[in-house]
Amino acid sequence: MNSIKTMLLLAIATAGSAGAVQAQEAMTLDQKVNEVFAAVTGPFVNLIFAPLPGTSFPWIVMWLVVAATVFTIYFGFVQFRFFGHAISLVKGDYSDPKDAGEVSHFQALATALSGTVGLGNIAGVAVAVGIGGPGATFWMILAGLLGMASKFTECTLGVKYRNEYDDGTVSGGPMYYISKGFSELGLPGGKFLAILFSVFCILGALGGGNMFQANQAHAQISGIVGEYPGWITGIIFAAVVFSVIVGGIKSIARVTEKVVPFMGLLYVGAALIILLVNYDKIGWAFGQIFAGAFTGLGVAGGFVGALIQGFKRAAFSNEAGVGSAAIAHSAVRTKEPITEGFVSLLEPLIDTVVICTMTALVITISQQLIVDPATGLYQLNEAGSSIATIGDVSGVGLTSAAFGSSISWFPYVLAIAVILFAFSTMLSWSYYGLKSWTYMFGEGKKSELTFKVIFCVFIVIGAAASLGPVIDFSDAAIFAMAVVNIFCLYFLMGLVKKELVSYGSRLKAGEIRKFKH
Amino acid sequence: MTTKLVVGLDGHGSGERAVAFAKNLADLIGDCELLIVYVVEWSPYSFQTAEENAQRHKRREEEISTAMQRVVDPAVGKLTDAGAKATGIVRHGDVASILMAISEEEGASQIIVSRSSEGGFTKRIFGSATSNLVMHASVPVTVVS
Repeated sequence: MNSIKTMLLLAIATAGSAGAVQAQEAMTLDQKVNEVFAAVTGPFVNLIFAPLPGTSFPWIVMWLVVAATVFTIYFGFVQFRFFGHAISLVKGDYSDPKDAGEVSHFQALATALSGTVGLGNIAGVAVAVGIGGPGATFWMILAGLLGMASKFTECTLGVKYRNEYDDGTVSGGPMYYISKGFSELGLPGGKFLAILFSVFCILGALGGGNMFQANQAHAQISGIVGEYPGWITGIIFAAVVFSVIVGGIKSIARVTEKVVPFMGLLYVGAALIILLVNYDKIGWAFGQIFAGAFTGLGVAGGFVGALIQGFKRAAFSNEAGVGSAAIAHSAVRTKEPITEGFVSLLEPLIDTVVICTMTALVITISQQLIVDPATGLYQLNEAGSSIATIGDVSGVGLTSAAFGSSISWFPYVLAIAVILFAFSTMLSWSYYGLKSWTYMFGEGKKSELTFKVIFCVFIVIGAAASLGPVIDFSDAAIFAMAVVNIFCLYFLMGLVKKELVSYGSRLKAGEIRKFKH
Repeated sequence: MTTKLVVGLDGHGSGERAVAFAKNLADLIGDCELLIVYVVEWSPYSFQTAEENAQRHKRREEEISTAMQRVVDPAVGKLTDAGAKATGIVRHGDVASILMAISEEEGASQIIVSRSSEGGFTKRIFGSATSNLVMHASVPVTVVS
């Protein structure tokens, strides 16, 4: 706790001085922020991404995939067996008309999706494909399909063990199911693990849910208007976020929540058009994906490199097993907690299996990755760390170039989409972080304001720091949440199984009926 | 058997004319119950922030009590004072669908509404609640202008 406090204070001090300095000192300030940040977060990042002994495979990636596989098997491939039922639930077929006006399954799913669909789908996939080649897509899809079971487990528990207060508001998420579930099972340490999760969730909210977003939004804007100091973008973003989460200017949030789904559809629509125009290359692209998945096609680290990248980016994008979605899904109105579990399993499907795959296919088909014509293998860049690309771009730049090669004006739309996605992800994560904060420090205006101010300060730091340390810390903090969450899910999954068996038999017996026909 | 009439209010002054018309009709019928309905516009497919979701149940309760106090209760009170039998209902959803659903549930023989007060743009694209009701209702609809 002390080290976190030190870090927060350090960050506040650094950013506090950010506002005071003159523009000409900005470059040195950006560098300073970067240096301090990398030094503070380094050991934590190294621990999370430590490779398994004797390999180059990060243990955390294995941790996520093994968990998703265990949940898939333990729940008898729930993601396939109840897929149709999940769709019916989202359509509202099983919703009691008397509950109209309460949070519907659709709304809970849409809110959770607006927190996950974002830069991971645009920038993250480009990073995966840029380093791991098209083969990374195969592992990403596999991780997405398995991740559906992890999401199912955590979101069922999220609803089952949420807190419902007398005034009608709700709070839910891993910190609640860990402490309540453990005490229900008579297991020790629930409270400690719940607090540990909350600490990591706050770091994740400040990292992947905030700094990474601010950083990439700045990269996009400066890519269009030209280079300028990052802290300027940071302060503008921080001011807007502050006005929403502290000032309560709901209209901005409402507009974002309405524009983001539209942007998502526009993105998928554009990808589909590019795929349709290049329909003759789709077969080839899938060929590259399958061949690359098992041979690597010359990428750094071979097929293991492709696998690591695919799994890692899928987890970062859909957050299955991380526990964040359980916070978002817990507000739904339902008498059966497990129904929200079924609905939530659609999230990795939409996020990873559909949207991420679209991005990967467009990048592959647009042939931005340079292939050696003699061997048919991908050429590496000078550093040998990733595949050489036309124009030497990576991350959002690569996705932008891929879309731009077919639709020349699309990079502008993409830039707006990235900024909006970044903003909506920040809003979602500010809530996840806040819930963890209030779990530890109590619900109250003063305590909430403290967290919200810290959150806004980190936006400035995120926009000012360079991508390397930010992306490392973001990944590490989010995966640290998964360490605690999944550890606890192994103990709690029996409770979900009971719900699943009971619900399944009642559904079969016709006790659970549709309201709509 | 008691005849039931559904009266849809939208919180505007024009609703009073609908209530007055329904009262006259009820007097003529004799054994008649008036169901005074206010619908809070709501779609289960709208997009909300996580914070709005967390507070939704509380807000819903507030919306229902506000609608009851400001729109439904005064109308029901007036009707009861005038000797008519009246009940108030507040529901969330699409105005036309809810009025139709209530008339079916209650076996009402008519729906009475005032002319819609919705604005131009929405009305042009989606049609007003009143016109949707007139087109789709399974019982007679009276639109009071």
